[in-house]
Amino acid sequence: MNSSAGRITSVEKFGKHSYLTAMEYIPSFAFFANRLFAIGSQLSPEQGSSGIEVLETDTFKLHCFQTLTGIKFVVLADPRQAGIDSLLRKIYEIYSDFALKNPFYSLEMPIRCELFDQNMKLALEVAEKAGTYGPGS
Amino acid sequence: MSRPAHRRPEYHKINKDLFVLTYGALVAQLCKDYEKDEDVNKYLDKMGHGIGTRLVEDFLARSCVRRCHSYSEIIDIIAQVAFKMYLGITPSVACNNSSRNEFSLILDKNPLVEFVEELPAGRTSLCYCNLLCGIIRGALEMVHLDADVAFLQDRLKGDSVTEIGITFLKKPDEKKYRRKK
Repeated sequence: MNSSAGRITSVEKFGKHSYLTAMEYIPSFAFFANRLFAIGSQLSPEQGSSGIEVLETDTFKLHCFQTLTGIKFVVLADPRQAGIDSLLRKIYEIYSDFALKNPFYSLEMPIRCELFDQNMKLALEVAEKAGTYGPGS
Repeated sequence: MSRPAHRRPEYHKINKDLFVLTYGALVAQLCKDYEKDEDVNKYLDKMGHGIGTRLVEDFLARSCVRRCHSYSEIIDIIAQVAFKMYLGITPSVACNNSSRNEFSLILDKNPLVEFVEELPAGRTSLCYCNLLCGIIRGALEMVHLDADVAFLQDRLKGDSVTEIGITFLKKPDEKKYRRKK
């Protein structure tokens, strides 16, 4: 998601071995999530809070990594899944390599790059092998 | 299996000359396409801006720099980390005013001009490396900082040093909670 329009380019459903891209409900989720993050940063009792990092429920854990440019990477995972922090950073690298460096990809548009998808899939497989909850990373 | 986010195992090096020649071909072609130096400079800056908006994410992902708290911290990072990472040089930094929003990067070496002897006749206002100004401007824009970036001095024009000036512009409606740096 970018910082202004809040448009998501892909949604990962993780922990059930499925890689789901849900283009139908992405715009409304993106809008909702972007507002939630903005409210979160204002509600925080801490000074200089940048927003929600982890949202934990009984059935899933939402992890958010926000870059200094305002882009948010969101991963929904099993609450016991480990290795999400390094996965988020890996996704940032993959985004900067295979989406941004593609000269025909326009910024803030949905990412439809084959190499991006392939590398994302690989990264998810690697993270899955990191295993479930232990001393998380 | 975990490794630091900034380490890239498959970092392929290419020949620097190929890069320098490609840049030279770009500038030469722009000079053929546009008569006025201002137009060439403008398009170099525009292209650089497009590169900067993309390159900044690569830089942030690979260098893992932390949030900065002052303009001079940002300039230090640009000079010591970014220039080093992408061009293999480390310009020196100077602050030009007491309100600490105008800075200069002084380039001792510049790989882009390695094979350029002098500017062609009639091209005295050409900023050969203006792409760099656009890159810096585009990158800063992506972290919500507006800046004017331009060459203040250029060895190719006969000056004693090559100097890039960066002036941070204050946004009048900048809200505190949105301040990133």
